[in-house]
Amino acid sequence: MSLAAEKETAPDSSLKIVLDATCTFCGCVCDDIDLTVKDDHIIEAKRACVLGKSWFFNHHTDQRPSCLISGQPASIDDGIERAAQILTAAKYPIIYGLSDTTCEAQRLAVGIGDWIGGTVDTTTSVCHGPSGMAFQGVGEVTCSLGEIANRGDLIIFWGSNPAESHPRHFTKYSLMPKGMFLPNGRKDRTCVLVDVRKTKSARAADIFLQIKPRKDFEALWTLRALAQGLQLDAQVIEDETGVPLAAWQDLMDRMKRAKFGVFLFGMGLTMTRGKHLNSEAVLALVRDMNAYTRFVAKPMRGHGNVTGADNVVSWQTGYPFGVNLSRGYPRFNPGEYTTADTLARGEADAAMIIASDPMSNFGQAARERLAAIPYIALDPKETPTTRAATVAFTTATYGINVAGTVYRMDDVPIPLRPAFDSPHPSDFDILSRLEKRVKQLKAAVRLP
Amino acid sequence: MSEIFILIPGRTSKQGCGISEGKFSEGYLSEINLLQVSPKDMQRLGLNDGDRVRLSSETGAVEVAVVAAKGDELPSGVLFIAYGDLSSRLMGQDTHGSGMPTSKGLDVEMEKIA
Repeated sequence: MSLAAEKETAPDSSLKIVLDATCTFCGCVCDDIDLTVKDDHIIEAKRACVLGKSWFFNHHTDQRPSCLISGQPASIDDGIERAAQILTAAKYPIIYGLSDTTCEAQRLAVGIGDWIGGTVDTTTSVCHGPSGMAFQGVGEVTCSLGEIANRGDLIIFWGSNPAESHPRHFTKYSLMPKGMFLPNGRKDRTCVLVDVRKTKSARAADIFLQIKPRKDFEALWTLRALAQGLQLDAQVIEDETGVPLAAWQDLMDRMKRAKFGVFLFGMGLTMTRGKHLNSEAVLALVRDMNAYTRFVAKPMRGHGNVTGADNVVSWQTGYPFGVNLSRGYPRFNPGEYTTADTLARGEADAAMIIASDPMSNFGQAARERLAAIPYIALDPKETPTTRAATVAFTTATYGINVAGTVYRMDDVPIPLRPAFDSPHPSDFDILSRLEKRVKQLKAAVRLP
Repeated sequence: MSEIFILIPGRTSKQGCGISEGKFSEGYLSEINLLQVSPKDMQRLGLNDGDRVRLSSETGAVEVAVVAAKGDELPSGVLFIAYGDLSSRLMGQDTHGSGMPTSKGLDVEMEKIA
């Protein structure tokens, strides 16, 4: 971010320029985007990738009402009242989503969860939640993306396709930058891609290893064994992983020779059979490598502030996701308090969905349960989830209309620089009012 | 005649752009409703771009149009679809104590719709 980052007036007085705006589409959270704004449309987004351009160009003012109750326009006051009644009357209310809103709004959502004795879960549980469990089991040898840009001479992407999911990761952080210890940029780095598909990211890699589907765990433990110098059966390894032992040995030799190795892993690991055990294998391998050289691991995070959600929920409850507050203190148990489970098992009897679309992204049983219970949805866009909501708030878009803080995928907080005002309230506005009303209703219940 | 494949749902540029365009936009809907099949499997099964198939997993079934995957992006026996409504209907319900339904590497049965 430049020191000159501030709103300027463009030569054409009908245009506004916003320097160093922050893109919140993906976990890269690029904060060097220069926007040109005309009324409530962003017409140029310099340096944004294809995903960032689509994000900025398609978030102009939504003409829907700010509040709908059972699909009918309603006042925000009425919406807040109905939402508060739903949440306080429920026996097992859940709050879910949160990865596409500010940390300030996330904090309020956790507070509401506490007041109503609910369960707070974020989209992390269906993203890198298994990695969150692995962090607790193994720990994380890690660093910032800036260190990767300045030091990383061996970059391994595993189960991740940044060319399509994080398009500027290569150019801004992991491959192209000329760093303090890598004066020649890309020429000083070796990039390895491991995946079951030869994705578009393979073109950017020096070495591509195509493993068999669902064999990540076996492949990672092959590397762990090679790190210890163990002798392995070449035929067994190739049959199991789909990659010759010699290729794994070559990779291990490169890992040991690296000055600063980097392991960036995606949902190819967490969403596949093995889940947290796959992530644990990565973290344990990277920990092992530090006996030989400096090596770090980072999950490739998807949504713009999913990392913030992990941080905020952890600050407030001690756990990153899947937290139950019904006993007045936090309990963490993935599989029990995570939303895919509480919905599919029919336990949740009310919900508040913030900036997420489970009606599109969850399995059939979970969707059917959500459709059968009263729930509140907050989203800037119309989605299958907002359409079926009992109370739907159309909210202003974070980063485009709303200021605040988000966390980049490496846990670095980044401020937002909004481009234009929205007629709709922010998530923070709605949740502030809702928390106040929930507290009133809960206090009334406690009075003799 | 049906056959078992491994389905990998995942992100694509078009799907990512489509989220910002809107979940009801044509671009988004067309991207998440298209199944990529390796050219070798397309030829072997007599499939052409645009043909429709029925995909069934242990938890659900969907109908979807197919398109040949580019070059050698997909190995034989593996299918790809952009994340979305259809892929989510096929994923597992059990999270195995993790909170995460098995969402990639799904066993699916593929059958051409006459």
